[in-house]
Amino acid sequence: MSMINYASREINCKLVYYGPGLGGKTTNLEHVYTKVSPNARGKMISLATETERTLFFDFLPVDLGTIRGFKTRFHLYTVPGQVYYNASRKLILKGVDGVVFVADSQLERMEANIEAMQNLYDNMAQQGYDLTKTPFMVQYNKRDLPNAGSIAQLQESLNPGWPVEDPAKQKLTPDPYHEGEHLVFQKDGQWIERAPYFEAVAVTGEGVFDTLKAVSKLVIKALG
Amino acid sequence: MSSGASSWSFREEDYKKIQAILTAFLRESTAKTSLIVDRTGQLVATVGENPAFDAVAFASLTAADFSANDQLAKMIGEPEFGSLFHQGERESMYLADVARRVILVVLFDNRTTLGMVKLRVKSTVGELSQVFNDMFTRGTAGTAQVETGFVGEAEDEIDKLFG
Repeated sequence: MSMINYASREINCKLVYYGPGLGGKTTNLEHVYTKVSPNARGKMISLATETERTLFFDFLPVDLGTIRGFKTRFHLYTVPGQVYYNASRKLILKGVDGVVFVADSQLERMEANIEAMQNLYDNMAQQGYDLTKTPFMVQYNKRDLPNAGSIAQLQESLNPGWPVEDPAKQKLTPDPYHEGEHLVFQKDGQWIERAPYFEAVAVTGEGVFDTLKAVSKLVIKALG
Repeated sequence: MSSGASSWSFREEDYKKIQAILTAFLRESTAKTSLIVDRTGQLVATVGENPAFDAVAFASLTAADFSANDQLAKMIGEPEFGSLFHQGERESMYLADVARRVILVVLFDNRTTLGMVKLRVKSTVGELSQVFNDMFTRGTAGTAQVETGFVGEAEDEIDKLFG
């Protein structure tokens, strides 16, 4: 729920990084914090345990500057990944404008990834939001690790897509980020749409800004 | 079911009404500052002494505080906690729900008392609820939209900033 404040001439949009525990959500935000010019970002707030696990959320505001007279700002949030923090996750999704699912590419984390993805769908639905109609990206993190699964494997399990019922949308749509791949395509006679995906190594920053750029553009488009 | 991106807008005349209500409240209660924060953690308005802290971060934490306490209320069988009070040695804050949509945050020091703040907050919340209910009813009639050209310019800025 982006808010347009005509009195203070501000537009604020909320982006949430979701995913399994230890997947790299906080690392994504930390990289943004380090690389974005200090004038363009606020303080990063982390509500974490002593062992640096996110307890409630991390928060980082990033200013896009003044556009057509409106100060435009993205509020970046992470949720705690550990299964038992579900109450906190639900609260953070309130008013979300865009979601990045940070998956851990390691094969032994596949079950945790699937569980977190299911949890995202459930929590969005409980808030009355439809994830398939919300700006949404999947980031496959930790691509540098030797036990990382192949993209095809990960896509099949975590981002198989959802059926496209609207005839106007039933057309082959290329994936702008991966040549030769498609975001809307036909499979076994059924039209399917997938969320765009990115590969990343958040500790080195690889793929972090590609993901953020893509999701923030989708959020801005939804405003227009 | 709606998508996650439904917007609401806050107009100049809304701000004027809220400012008038909060200015009167501050005068009567001798509190320092009052802020309006929406339930998603965004700062809507500030009236009174300009806070010395980062108001954006403050707003996000306020909403989280209120939401966490809402859940605690449910656990003990209460539908909600309509208000919260945090007491400091010199500075204290009082938070109150407004129309289940936004939170009124009052910052005060020893120039006034909790009793006085609570007393004045009650009628202020009633007046604010009216304004916000009107605003949200209107919001569903016409969704907030940005002017033409905004999207293109914003995309250019995104490329520059995150490039």
